[in-house]
Amino acid sequence: MSGFIKRTRAWLVAFALLVVWELSCRLFHIPEFILPAPTRILEVTWQFRNELALHAFQTLMTTIVGFFIAIVVGILLGVAVGSSSAVYDSLYPLLIGFNSIPKVAVVPLIVIWTGIGTIPAIVTAFVISFFPIVVNVATGLASVEPEMRDVLRILGATRYEMLRKVSFPRALPYLFASLKVAITLAFIGSVVSETIASNYGIGFLMLSASSRFQVALVFSGVIIIAIMSIAMFAICIQVERRMVSWAYRSQAA
Amino acid sequence: MLTHKLATPVYPELSTILSTSKPSPPMVRMAGVSLKYGDMLALEDATLDIADGEFVAVVGPSGCGKSTLMKLVTGLLPPTGGDIEFDRKRVTGPVRGAGMAFQNATLLPWRTTTDNVMLPLEIVEPYKSQSRSNRKALEDKVQNLLDIVGLGDFGDRLPWQLSGGMQQRANLCRAIIHEPKLLMLDEPFAALDAFTKEDLWQVLQDLWMHQKFTGILVTHDLREAVYLADTVYVMSNRPGRILHRCHIPLDRPRRPETTFDPVYTEIVNDLRAKIAAVRNAK
Repeated sequence: MSGFIKRTRAWLVAFALLVVWELSCRLFHIPEFILPAPTRILEVTWQFRNELALHAFQTLMTTIVGFFIAIVVGILLGVAVGSSSAVYDSLYPLLIGFNSIPKVAVVPLIVIWTGIGTIPAIVTAFVISFFPIVVNVATGLASVEPEMRDVLRILGATRYEMLRKVSFPRALPYLFASLKVAITLAFIGSVVSETIASNYGIGFLMLSASSRFQVALVFSGVIIIAIMSIAMFAICIQVERRMVSWAYRSQAA
Repeated sequence: MLTHKLATPVYPELSTILSTSKPSPPMVRMAGVSLKYGDMLALEDATLDIADGEFVAVVGPSGCGKSTLMKLVTGLLPPTGGDIEFDRKRVTGPVRGAGMAFQNATLLPWRTTTDNVMLPLEIVEPYKSQSRSNRKALEDKVQNLLDIVGLGDFGDRLPWQLSGGMQQRANLCRAIIHEPKLLMLDEPFAALDAFTKEDLWQVLQDLWMHQKFTGILVTHDLREAVYLADTVYVMSNRPGRILHRCHIPLDRPRRPETTFDPVYTEIVNDLRAKIAAVRNAK
């Protein structure tokens, strides 16, 4: 019984929250354009299911494309920063400076350069999510024990061999940890871009719904983004478990 | 036997044969070697010769530059003074054909024991070019070595499934699987309990008598040094200097009973007194 409670605790809390929400809306007669009741959100979601699916697919697609570009660029930059002190010294301050810029402020620029619609959403998703990947890959590469480096140098290993056989596998758990952060950021990026400059995507749908005071539909958008984000997060965890099971020995033991 | 097939071509062997008529040149030669880190002198005027196949131990108080000595011989650190030769060639960068093991086993956690020991064979020629085409032969070679150190049944385990002693055995295997001319050991048994430690002395001696590599063992355990080495060097406090050179006349193979031999005990006590004198002379 206690095991069952433990497994379902999160669901129970979420359900209780929804009940409180529903009851407050009904008891205090909160107008729908301020806070719609969960049942009403469900109803609207069903009513606009086709539009929601279309826009959700657009957002998911731009997010995933941006995310994959971020993985490729993040790994390449991370390897460059993590394996050469010259690159580290010259690039790292720049990267940190770049990362401290609020990306929302850059979106208008991205729109000027790349137009409206899908491309700026992909670019924003990429720009906002690649930084944690760079930092983690670089950190992971640096975590190789100095003794191991000495062993490899004495064996005459090339830089490429060191990277492929030791440093990169060593950095994989760090990479996957950063992917879980990056995928959530990528969703933020594409939705922000859609609210600013697009005629597609959940971001656009929420913006136009709120301008028409269809607050229930705005909530539908929020919930769908949350569901997609959680799903992608879960996929990242599954891939992580498969690729770096050796890093989770305590569970397996 | 497999090891013969895998040996390097005729020329190095020929030169060894030719040189046997003269006294064979030392495998490692240090002449007036010193090292400064900034203003701090870590090692001063170290001069020693290590013969081919000799096993030496370097002992001394902690922080006396024992590990520095190791890094210098293998070319991982350039000396600030003096000359170092390894295998009749001046050391100018990281040397090839040495093996190393440290106190920390540093096995790769995603590789099984066999694959961990296999690592040098994937990097060092002539094995590297065979590692695709003839992997089976190399796996047999690894298995042989694992059998010798008593890890025969643990080849497919991951490092975290091994005890500290077993990890250190695998570490030793990885250090000598490519049959290096020189094995460098930096306090490899320091973190092990007394029983495991003495087991591994035995394992190391067996490996040495089997492969006849030149060995340098850095340790602060005098009993270990005397048990394993042909020659023990005693170093002073910083700046490290070589104070004594002590030949160990005990017969091989040495056995656990050897530690009760009066000669053994006498040498250990003598060395202990010397080190105590060094420490007090601050």
